Amino acid sequence: MPTLTLYDAVGAALAEEMRRDDRVLAFGEGIATKRRELVEEFGPRRVRNTPLAEGIIAGTAVGAAGTGLRPVIDLLFAPFLCYAMDELVNSAGKLRYMSGGQFQFPLVTLVMTGSGWGVGAQHNHNLEAWFVHSPGLKVVMPATPADAKGLLKAAIRDDNPVLCFLDIGLLYQPGEVPEGDHLVPLGQAATLRDGRDVTLVSYGKTVGHCLQAADALAAQGIAAEVIDLRSLKPLDNAAILASVSRTGRLVVVHEANRLCGVGAEIAAMVAEHAFERLKAPIVRLGGPDAPVAASFPLEQATVPQPEAIAAAAATLCRG
Amino acid sequence: MSLNSPHAPAPDPRQLFEQMLLIRAYEDAIVTGSAAGSIPGTCTSVGQEAAAVGVVNALGADDLILTNHRSAGHLLARGADPGRLLAEVMGRRDGYCQGRSGSLHISARELGVVLTSTIVGAELSMATGVALSQTMLGRPGIVACFFGDGAACEGSFHESLNLAALWHLPVLYVCENNQWQAYVHRREAMSRERVSDWAAAYGIPAVTVDGNDVDAVLEAARHAAAQVRQSGQPYLLETWTYRTRGHLEPDDQAYVDAAEREYWRARDPIATCRERLIAAGRLTAAEAATIEDKVASRIDTARRFAEASPFPPIPTAAELARGVYA
Ligand SMILES: Cc1ncc(C[n+]2csc(CCOP(=O)(O)OP(=O)(O)O)c2C)c(N)n1
Repeated sequence: MPTLTLYDAVGAALAEEMRRDDRVLAFGEGIATKRRELVEEFGPRRVRNTPLAEGIIAGTAVGAAGTGLRPVIDLLFAPFLCYAMDELVNSAGKLRYMSGGQFQFPLVTLVMTGSGWGVGAQHNHNLEAWFVHSPGLKVVMPATPADAKGLLKAAIRDDNPVLCFLDIGLLYQPGEVPEGDHLVPLGQAATLRDGRDVTLVSYGKTVGHCLQAADALAAQGIAAEVIDLRSLKPLDNAAILASVSRTGRLVVVHEANRLCGVGAEIAAMVAEHAFERLKAPIVRLGGPDAPVAASFPLEQATVPQPEAIAAAAATLCRG
Repeated sequence: MSLNSPHAPAPDPRQLFEQMLLIRAYEDAIVTGSAAGSIPGTCTSVGQEAAAVGVVNALGADDLILTNHRSAGHLLARGADPGRLLAEVMGRRDGYCQGRSGSLHISARELGVVLTSTIVGAELSMATGVALSQTMLGRPGIVACFFGDGAACEGSFHESLNLAALWHLPVLYVCENNQWQAYVHRREAMSRERVSDWAAAYGIPAVTVDGNDVDAVLEAARHAAAQVRQSGQPYLLETWTYRTRGHLEPDDQAYVDAAEREYWRARDPIATCRERLIAAGRLTAAEAATIEDKVASRIDTARRFAEASPFPPIPTAAELARGVYA
């Protein structure tokens, strides 16, 4: 299997899907500059730089998707989604339903998210829960280059608007990526490690932290199951419930702030459907309800680290 | 006969007159229904009929339309069935969007009326994308995007014009300047008198036309559409008109200057058109009355159709989310 960074896996997915389907095109703030090879292969009509105007980038994608194209847009950093909120939430997410099904909106929005660059809160803000809360949208967040490729390819083929959050801390980490037409279906979590004592559920960069925590827990004789959600919407409730039903303990981990985060939904969902299987309270680990500082150690402190995850899980198992 | 050619003969002026009457009668029915409580608050375009009819009649069958909350004129001029429109406004099953749109966001794909939005300015943000589809997929039609002077004050207007000019997108921007932006007069909100002035900043040709003169609008729109077709570049047409009724029914318009309203009432586009046709010998008073009767009976039929159309069945909680995703 070839080894690619997550960034290159995204490029490979774009190239393969543009090759497969003439209707796929990509535009955004510098995509034609940064992914020169796409311009060379597909030409400047299908790979375009745009003005720095997130609203019109997203709106153009919505209009194009509604009338037959399959655009992928690159909005750079997640906080800039605020400028594209109206187009994605009020138009892309709603107009299929409101038109009585006359239109559909196959578009993909790429953004970078999370800690790892040390440039402060206006470039680092994990906004995925906002979009999970918006009807009509789908949301994915890969933790590996293989999933980045597979999820993005599936997202491009999906007939609905999909937001793809790329964790900046993972962007240049290499990983094995299967050759050929590798697809990861939206809405299917991956169980990365089996264990019967506690379930660790996560997505994005904290998946790796959960795996490290599971190693530390194993050394203490605690077997942790690790689930990478990959898709936040649709959410693989079945995978989470099946695991928690076996282990009876759940720790949900994400970098985004805890308050009204995706973890809150997962905790509530498990409490609703598997309460009687729980042997201990559900624990959620997430960032503080605060903008992220730029200084590297302060930035990292907002991300649940392996030690904290292992400590939380061990407490549950001992309690 | 195709209207795509700039040399195509203009439509029969009596048809334009009839379309304007139909829009007025349709919206009068909405006003009545609104007052009676059978129709929810609705934005009418009373007084703006010439602007809608003139522009829509300059478009060809391949052209696509994006519109906003004040869309009845555009839809009816495009040939929408008033019964299905009314059914949509009343939340009935036989409406164009199965009762999910209501009055504010009606789209009718079969008529090329796509992506209606009531987020002020969102139609401008999507128009570039629709035009991009037309060019990338090699489709012949241009894209007409209707919006108000209020929408022109949104950032999306400026972003849209800039991108359309940069990317050579065939968009006919149609600003219906009805002098009001909900409850704010345009003079309180705009740094310039006219929206067409702003187009120059993006290198986009623009003109302001008397929006209450259907002939003038039609001529300007035919010229504008031909320009867009020929150059593949955007063009902005501003129709200078007036919203005679309130922003949203019911509205007592206590905030409107009486002299301003009288000035525009005296320039009613339908009365002006009738007088002109009669003076030119192209219509007799008796013919006008016959057309009025025909329109009244169409609206009557439409109302009966809409009232007879059932409400959509009350779905289960799970079914409520049906159709959100493709
Ligand atoms: C983004 C947004 N802001 C405010 C509103 C509320 N609103 C609906 S119509 C309207 C006035 C729009 O004025 P204009 O664009 O001039 O169109 P007109 O109603 O005059 O035809 C307003 C403020 C809205 N629907 N969307």
